Amino acid sequence: MIKEERHVLVVFPHPDDEAFGVSGTISTYIEMGVPVTYACLTLGEMGRNLGNPPFANRETLPQIRKQELQNAAAAMGLTDLRMMGLRDKTIEFEDDEKMIKLITDLIEETNPSLIITFYPGLSVHPDHDATGRAVVRAVRRMKESERPTLYTIAFANNTAETIGAPDIFHNVEGAAQKKLNTLNAHASQTVWMMRDMEKRLAEKDPEALKWLHEEKFFTYKWDKDFE
Amino acid sequence: MEIVKPDQLQELLNSYANKDVYIHLETTNGAYAAHFKEGFFNAGAFIRNVVVKYELGKVAGESPHRIGLKLPSGWIYAQGITHYTVDEHNRLLMAGLDPDGKLAVALEISETPFTY
Repeated sequence: MIKEERHVLVVFPHPDDEAFGVSGTISTYIEMGVPVTYACLTLGEMGRNLGNPPFANRETLPQIRKQELQNAAAAMGLTDLRMMGLRDKTIEFEDDEKMIKLITDLIEETNPSLIITFYPGLSVHPDHDATGRAVVRAVRRMKESERPTLYTIAFANNTAETIGAPDIFHNVEGAAQKKLNTLNAHASQTVWMMRDMEKRLAEKDPEALKWLHEEKFFTYKWDKDFE
Repeated sequence: MEIVKPDQLQELLNSYANKDVYIHLETTNGAYAAHFKEGFFNAGAFIRNVVVKYELGKVAGESPHRIGLKLPSGWIYAQGITHYTVDEHNRLLMAGLDPDGKLAVALEISETPFTY
């Protein structure tokens, strides 16, 4: 059961961050007629996977990933994709106030009832944590009654002992094909993983099916703020 | 990019010597290294668009090669270089790709600035 929303704002740092655990949710909102804005902060310029023999180099990778991101948006039916122009692996080094303003401007423009991002400090990649930090700080500055709900993704090894279990579960079975198409759109990042995943799905591996059909989030709790 | 031919790469390095050039140098284990292997000591470095003028550039060793640039009062080097190309902007792009095709090191030399 997926709750109706006024507008959903999704904020992640890398093309493909949306694909793994949120593309079913995004696709479902769009099918429900809920407007979705996806702000992707970088083009994953520092991605390591270039292939051997290589299909790209450090300087061509951003253009490849930009096209993949646009294809992924199309696969989800998403029309409001924002590419924010920051550089991969540098977000935590940007000015903190600049990052908060970037998020605040997006919130003021789109007036979301829900924001989906990473949980600061439990999202492994420094860009993930920095993105979540900026979102939480921007929302914290809003009047409590006006704050959108925050659904966060957390997957650090110490997640359960730090914030417990996820509390939001979305059945996205109806969007399974769109989710697979979104993952496949990011081929430069996912081709190896998807080869294995599609085999497991064909064998009806229960864990793989659960991964495809269920997306889970931690609602951000202001009484257990990360800072 | 193609697998390094040391003689050709040496000629290319010579061609950028004694000029102001922009450097990109990066080493990485990937942001997830310590996630997948707890206790892994993750280290790396990154510089981009720093201008230098080197007086001598050398390819050393068998593949993966080492590349050293001698500056008037310092050094740049990269180890683990396996692939290279000169792109349409006449930039010399060198990279070290592991057997899975993941970049571990990059050294790039250009007479014009790299993008952001």
